[in-house]
Amino acid sequence: MDVKDTVMLEIFRYHPETDSEPRFQSYEVPYNEDWVVLDAINWIKDHVDGSLTHRWSCRMGVCGSCGMMVNGEPKLTCAAFLKDYYPFGIKVEPLVNFAVERDLVVDMDGFMDKLQEVKPYIIRDDVNDTSEGEYRQSPAQLAQYKQYSMCINCMLCYAACPVAGHEDEFLGPAALALGHRYNKDSRDQGQAERLDVMLAGEAIWGCTFVGECTVVCPKHVDPAGAIQQAKAMAAQEYFKGFVMPKGTGVSKGADG
Amino acid sequence: MSHGTTHQHDVIIIGGGGAGLRASIAIAQENPSFSVACVSKVYPMRSHTVTAEGGAAASIKPNDTLEDHIYDTISGADWLADQDAVEYFVNRAPSEMVQLEHWGCPWSREPDGSVAVRPFGGMKIERTWFAADKTGFHMLHSLFQTTLKYGNIVRFDEHFATRLLIDDDGRCRGCAAIELQTGRVKTILGKSVIICTGGAGRVFPFTTNGAIKTGDGMSMAYRAGVALKDMEFIQYHPTGLPGTGILITEASRGEGGILVNKDGYRYLQDYDLGQPLDVSDPRHPLKRAMELGPRDKLSQCFMKERWAGRTIATRDGHVVHLDLRHLGEAKIDKRIPFVRELARSYAGIDPVHQPIPVRPVVHYVMGGIDVDSNSATTIPGLYAAGECACVSINGANRLGSNSLTELLVFGAQAGKHAARFAMDHPDYNVSALETQAADEGARVRRAFFDAPRKGGERIVTLRTELHEAMENGAGIYRDAESLEAACATVADLRERYRKLNIDDRTHSFNTELTAALELGSLLDCAEAMAHSGLQRTESRGSHQRLDHTERNDEEFLAHSLAFHQADGGVPQIEYKPVTITKWPPGARTYGAGSGLKRE
Repeated sequence: MDVKDTVMLEIFRYHPETDSEPRFQSYEVPYNEDWVVLDAINWIKDHVDGSLTHRWSCRMGVCGSCGMMVNGEPKLTCAAFLKDYYPFGIKVEPLVNFAVERDLVVDMDGFMDKLQEVKPYIIRDDVNDTSEGEYRQSPAQLAQYKQYSMCINCMLCYAACPVAGHEDEFLGPAALALGHRYNKDSRDQGQAERLDVMLAGEAIWGCTFVGECTVVCPKHVDPAGAIQQAKAMAAQEYFKGFVMPKGTGVSKGADG
Repeated sequence: MSHGTTHQHDVIIIGGGGAGLRASIAIAQENPSFSVACVSKVYPMRSHTVTAEGGAAASIKPNDTLEDHIYDTISGADWLADQDAVEYFVNRAPSEMVQLEHWGCPWSREPDGSVAVRPFGGMKIERTWFAADKTGFHMLHSLFQTTLKYGNIVRFDEHFATRLLIDDDGRCRGCAAIELQTGRVKTILGKSVIICTGGAGRVFPFTTNGAIKTGDGMSMAYRAGVALKDMEFIQYHPTGLPGTGILITEASRGEGGILVNKDGYRYLQDYDLGQPLDVSDPRHPLKRAMELGPRDKLSQCFMKERWAGRTIATRDGHVVHLDLRHLGEAKIDKRIPFVRELARSYAGIDPVHQPIPVRPVVHYVMGGIDVDSNSATTIPGLYAAGECACVSINGANRLGSNSLTELLVFGAQAGKHAARFAMDHPDYNVSALETQAADEGARVRRAFFDAPRKGGERIVTLRTELHEAMENGAGIYRDAESLEAACATVADLRERYRKLNIDDRTHSFNTELTAALELGSLLDCAEAMAHSGLQRTESRGSHQRLDHTERNDEEFLAHSLAFHQADGGVPQIEYKPVTITKWPPGARTYGAGSGLKRE
């Protein structure tokens, strides 16, 4: 192979059954300017080393499976083009701040638990029958939460967050943004319940507002902004708790 | 593979995409005492429903009628859809869509707060609900997040089901599934089972489908004796990006985008799809005409332009142009922002300023596991819903934006009927089923771990040859010769598959093993597609035969049923009639004045 037309990938390898500690392995991959890092990894798995292990599916930036560290930065590998690194080598590692299962695959259990903790679903006292039609929601009400609903759960923000790695109680950027998404949804009445979870311990207060989560988000969600807004709402709720019965909630505008 | 633990629940759902999650919620809500197991080879939010862009159809607006939705679906299907099933589907669609709205799906809205709709191909009236152009993403996440409310939905994430477990009395009672983290084969038992594993677009090389769309559920059902129905009907979406096959949604045409050939000419007007209106005409885009014709016809028109030398050659093959420039930046960013993001990232062009190069791309399998309108298969206790199933409402060509609605309507339907079956037939033989699962573990071990390390076949070699055979033999246009060649190649690959050699013989997260199992599923689906295509000597919808160019209702107003042969022989193909109720087969017309004529 002509050296000019290849690119070197240095890939983190770890197998729990055979390795006592991680190592790096280098692979020479044909250079194609249309290729993304994921294409190169798939080429290695198909043609060179079937034991290389990673997650992927949609290869169009929406399923959230293929997040990895690329030259030290959290990236969706289906959206990281070789041409942006060529002719230099590319170092690929699993997302940091997560335990490694094998090679580029990380343990997602803790993340999944945190998503569930924020009660990410519509909570209402009065549920309409579907025969009454949709709940009305104006474009302006939709805009209140829409960007927070764009999270693909790729976990890049956890890899970028200086707190998520060492503070277990901290719910983390994606889960907090998701909780906030439902708190801001005009159809929802569950804000008080959700804030109970978000207020506890270090759940939200762990955030030191570094803002890296927002910087690395491939879908332009602003978890840092969501966390700041949620902290303000939480504080407001906390003070209201002294003067109002629990569950009165904050008005988000009428629906019907 | 070592034998793992046994898990007992009430209903087992294989697949955690839109249909599987909708079924899970249906059961969890209606049967709070039931335990529902959702077994998926990926975390649910990775499921391929996530990539659907344009929208989901349901008739709710005053200018629309249920009958128009029914007629558009049946004529779009080239009369191969079962009309009782279509009626059920269309009638249930509005309440299912409202239900998802109540569960938080962020539908795009009109100024008055009602849900907005847009036109799609083959529709007389606009009825496609949408969440900008990430409709599948929002539907999947809304469904997944809603499942988190129910303590009685137990998830088996990253568990790869490889075999259905059938009790002594012939009832389906669960599955054997490899826990990816450990490589152990678990026995997951229930009183009924629903397969919701999606389609099999990965049979082809150039597809919008993600890596996981390998027809595993179709293959499992086929091997258990259920027929695969209408597998010769493969939908090519007319607008994929060259090279990657990434989908550019039909909504881009619903919003007014046009298709032009190398001369800048709107070539669809030459193919009996009506006359174009100028893009500045307020009536543009005309429904059921031109760029809003059905997908099968638009993909066929591309091929005819290609043969006439009027497409544009690129290093990723021939393309035509999808021109959105006249829509303007504001409309593109508001209504189809993902199209702009994808075109910029993966085609290197900005559709605000340049036309998008597009070509037809394998998108959807109309066929699938043979089920009735209760989502039941011929095996008692076994149900299927979503793309893996064939009810059939999609017939010979699915109408754009019916599939997302289908997974809600028939996911719920499958859930209801599987729960009822579970209540009526509670007892099963645990130890016999555990033995079957242990046998399955032994089979996988023998096939992939005990084989000699030298001299075998590599996965990528067989998969590439399969792709070539299917693209050449069973593409947009086929004939006896091309289909026979595809059948022969698939048979040869099946032989060679027995000598497959995988590098990785370890247990934890062995994705080479899962890729090998997925290749087996693809071969099963390809076999059914090629043989069903060969036997159907007519042209209908997406199945276009160069050697039999006309629709033949005398012989083929019928669903094909492909039955797996245990001895490895070619599948047996049988037929059953299409259910026709009120809409007798007619000419399929598009262009001005087409659609349902009222008396």
